[in-house]
Amino acid sequence: MTTEIDPALPATDALPARTPAVGVRPSVVSLADRPSTDEATSGRIEIRDLNAYYGDFRAVRDVTLTIKPHAITAIIGPSGCGKSTFLRTLNRMHELTAKAHLEGSIELDGEDIYDPSVDPVTLRRVVGMVFQRPNPFPTMSIYDNVVAGLRLTGRRRSADLDVVVERSLRRAALWDEVKDKLQSGGTSLSGGQQQRLCIARALAVDPEVILMDEPASALDPVATLRIEQLMAELRSNYTIVIVTHNMQQASRISDYTAFFTMGTDRAGYLVEMDETVQIFTNPKDQLTEDYVSGRFG
Amino acid sequence: MTAAPPALRADRLTGTRTANRRSRTDRTMRLVAGLAAVACIVPLAAVLIFVTLNGVAALDLDLLTKPSRAQGIGGGAAAAILGSIQMVVVATVIAIPFGVLAGVYVREFASARPARAVRFAADVIVGIPSILIGIFVFTVLVLPFKQYNAFAGSVALAVIMVPVIMRTTEEILKLVPNSLREASLALGIPAWRTVLSVVIRTGLPGILTGVMLAVARAAGETAPLLFTALGSRFVNVGDFGKPMDALPMFIYINARQPYELQNQQAWGAAFLLLLFVLVVNVLVRARTAGRRAQ
Repeated sequence: MTTEIDPALPATDALPARTPAVGVRPSVVSLADRPSTDEATSGRIEIRDLNAYYGDFRAVRDVTLTIKPHAITAIIGPSGCGKSTFLRTLNRMHELTAKAHLEGSIELDGEDIYDPSVDPVTLRRVVGMVFQRPNPFPTMSIYDNVVAGLRLTGRRRSADLDVVVERSLRRAALWDEVKDKLQSGGTSLSGGQQQRLCIARALAVDPEVILMDEPASALDPVATLRIEQLMAELRSNYTIVIVTHNMQQASRISDYTAFFTMGTDRAGYLVEMDETVQIFTNPKDQLTEDYVSGRFG
Repeated sequence: MTAAPPALRADRLTGTRTANRRSRTDRTMRLVAGLAAVACIVPLAAVLIFVTLNGVAALDLDLLTKPSRAQGIGGGAAAAILGSIQMVVVATVIAIPFGVLAGVYVREFASARPARAVRFAADVIVGIPSILIGIFVFTVLVLPFKQYNAFAGSVALAVIMVPVIMRTTEEILKLVPNSLREASLALGIPAWRTVLSVVIRTGLPGILTGVMLAVARAAGETAPLLFTALGSRFVNVGDFGKPMDALPMFIYINARQPYELQNQQAWGAAFLLLLFVLVVNVLVRARTAGRRAQ
């Protein structure tokens, strides 16, 4: 079978852990049950002295932090504190905005992603992204949405696509709901289903890191719960960074939490980062304490 | 400080002389504005009615199927109908890539300054009298070959179509949500493929609408063809190196002749042209209305 598959991709059967058992519904895993994340090695992101700008305006100031592999890192903070900008620097979506630029370094497993030799297109296949509003391609069916990342990069022959579609939709906990209507339009689904379709679409290109920019803020509570359950499922195989306005969400799902706020120069900066339990029960900084206890923001 | 309230007058809410005058003025001005609005519709209605009445009477099988007689009197508009179809088709084939790609460039790739320059150029071309475009193509594609030819006619029509297609494409691509571009780029899909398979694909119905409008516009142009395709009494199928007739030129020539029969043919051809332009416009409107309702 290997002749059918691009050798650059890992063989599908080499990754049994990534395919949840058929019919098993994801459930929220409590922090205590989670395996230690130290043994995982790929998907570690080291950010050093990061400053991100839009023209002359500095949106993110002097951020240094490490995102641990195969864990969920939540970025919290008030509106305008640079959370989304920071997230978008991690897969070089930031530079798509006119006049956007940055200083500092970001290394993915030791490789500088802003090195001139790095192709941002290739980087984004390794560091995927899910957006605030579900954005399936309106002209494509559910099936075509899932495989868009593969088909439009010319990396897979159509024989493999059926396998990828089922696997990705199962991982995104959407398969049972859409398996009988794969050819209907992606926008015919409900908002929560559309967001899981977008997650399936991101998973289909086999990323190592998934960035989520407030993925549940446009969804109702039931759909939000589904997304959170899904993230808990994905956590063991992917490095996940999630920006969220919702502190309860951060405390429910994340292993680590980074708290950003806005300085007097309107630039966002990192106040502190720690294990989520620490941030919410015993923060080191008074600002964090005030924020998580609801006294500001 | 509390002054006694003024005594209430029983008629304080009913009409005074100024109020009466105001309502008279209001009625008059409403009437004038209404008449002005009607006056805008009258020319369109008149054209539709006159062309339809005279045109339907002149329609017969000969008009649709026979070429003009060699003597110039009698026969039909077959050469013009076939010529119009061929030249508009070739013009469309030339104009679509230029128009669509220019629109894509301006919206997706150009920075502000070149985008403004291209947009300005397109708007100027739309505003240029079309006879000047005919003269331009005449100097480039007719003079060097010393031969009026249908290809020059097609190119002249294409020059008129390109800015229309370009501006519609640009406007339609502006409506494609940025979130779709980001979704595609975030999947590691290259920019060119994102534009082609996501952005253009999403805007395709609107782009086709623009092409249809440009086709309708080109089909009705006379001036750009006068010095290029020239017109011809003979049926010309496929020889773009030779003169070719077109409906607007057929109307122009025949309407100026002293013979009643030829004038009748001009009315018939005018009706065909009007029908075509109307059908295209109605189709476009139906499509855009349907999309807005979604």
